[in-house]
Amino acid sequence: MQTPAILSVLGEDRVGIVARVAGVLAESSANIEDIRQTIIGGVFSMTMLVTVDEDSTSFDEIQLRLSQIAEDIGVQITLQREDVFRYMHRI
Amino acid sequence: MHIEPEEIVETLNMISQQSLDIRTVTLGLSLAGCADSDIDVMAKRVYEHVTSSASNLVPMAEKLEREYGIPICNKRISVTPVAMLGATCSTEDVTPIALALDRAAHEVGVDFIGGFSALTHKGMGDGARKLIASIPEALASTRRVCASVNVATTRAGTNMDAVLAMAHTVKKCAELTAEHDSIACAKLVVFANMVEDNPFMAGAVHGYGEPAAVINVGISGPGVVRAIVDALPKDADLTAVAEAIKATSFKITRMGELVAREAAARMGVAMGIVDLSLAPTPAEGDSVAEIIEAMGVGRCGGPGTTAALALLNDAVKKGGAMGTSSIGGLSGAFIPVSEDQGMIRAVESGALTIEKLEAMTSVCSVGLDMIAIPGDTTAETIAGIIADECAIGVVNAKTTAVRLIPAVGKVVGDRVEFGGLLGEAPVMAVNQWAGTVFARRAGRVPAPLQSLRN
Repeated sequence: MQTPAILSVLGEDRVGIVARVAGVLAESSANIEDIRQTIIGGVFSMTMLVTVDEDSTSFDEIQLRLSQIAEDIGVQITLQREDVFRYMHRI
Repeated sequence: MHIEPEEIVETLNMISQQSLDIRTVTLGLSLAGCADSDIDVMAKRVYEHVTSSASNLVPMAEKLEREYGIPICNKRISVTPVAMLGATCSTEDVTPIALALDRAAHEVGVDFIGGFSALTHKGMGDGARKLIASIPEALASTRRVCASVNVATTRAGTNMDAVLAMAHTVKKCAELTAEHDSIACAKLVVFANMVEDNPFMAGAVHGYGEPAAVINVGISGPGVVRAIVDALPKDADLTAVAEAIKATSFKITRMGELVAREAAARMGVAMGIVDLSLAPTPAEGDSVAEIIEAMGVGRCGGPGTTAALALLNDAVKKGGAMGTSSIGGLSGAFIPVSEDQGMIRAVESGALTIEKLEAMTSVCSVGLDMIAIPGDTTAETIAGIIADECAIGVVNAKTTAVRLIPAVGKVVGDRVEFGGLLGEAPVMAVNQWAGTVFARRAGRVPAPLQSLRN
């Protein structure tokens, strides 16, 4: 099952954040469809639209892997199904 | 990307900073197939039906929470009003059904199960009579079971025999749980115009007109609405305030709609309704009183409060109505005292009285909710308070309810403490001029002209 999801990262900027996150996604067969990233006052903010292939890696498992690198790098990472944002912000 | 980063941040902030959550995912279950003349056989069937139907409810809801990143505070169950089962059995005491429901709720991991209930607005059948007589023992001997009794409707008027019977029942519940601040009363609601699809406790039931199983969702979000009102310029006019609340309510409701659809699909049952009630919690900031104060009323309960609450309630409905086609339940702001820090502060500062709360119930859902009163309050006084709320509900064709806690041994200024979502509350003063004659007249207050709508 292909599940669109929004991944958001927030935290202090440092080397390798994008690489680590992208690495986990690649290992999990999740495809990155779009990325937006900004740094405001040293705070790194990135949102990604990804497609999770749940036949390959479950949503729970990817969340677990992301939470491990979030702790490693010291940033906040959330992965949520995309429809929650679509429902809230689009008619 | 179709979703803007600002929108993602807004959603994340609502959840992490402003206590946005889904207040409850409630599985409604019909117990119609459990009837038997033997109470023990019936209790066994009830236990088996609830545990088998709801075994996946909590794991499913927890998975939804993780996938959507939205906290789902409560997972609950409502069942067919148990008075219907009571009518079929040969014994008088129907407490064994409550015990079976309590065990089943524990087994599947839900904190409350509603439906130990009866409808008595036009008269009291055998089942209702047995159920009401069993309520004190049932609530005192269980932790998770909630009871509710409907005593009035716009179409039927108010059954004053039932009102007085319920006032005595409230007193008995208080006495049986005196050592725990009369907590049984926190699980007992007396209704006018009870709805059949309410997902919120303690008044949740699964009505006779419902399908065999259904998922109903109660949204929340007082904290989000307060933050939106707070962020407006202090000179923003009330039309702008209403507009801001409406837009926020739409977003909150959409989240509820999504969760309701998805939960129903995963449980393999019908999607019922989304209840648009703003339900406060004891958490700081998650307060309806603070929304009223953010609008500019000096302290909740002060002049302007009823108008501000009416505006809030209306704007929430208008925004919510665009967000789902399945509005139901109570759908209005809740004003429980013990579950709202702002309400508690307002009571303690003398700004908020029971009489003002009564006025507020005429413009919102649901009624005099979670209010601790002195333990020596008479049954006739409680009956008078219930009758007053019924009058507001019946005449205005809306739901009203009374959940009073006459805390044994407590006087005005003392506190009751229940913990968890039920919170704590200061004991409020009650008007002493009820007398005894009105409540004891019994009979039925006839239905008002508003009932003649055909």
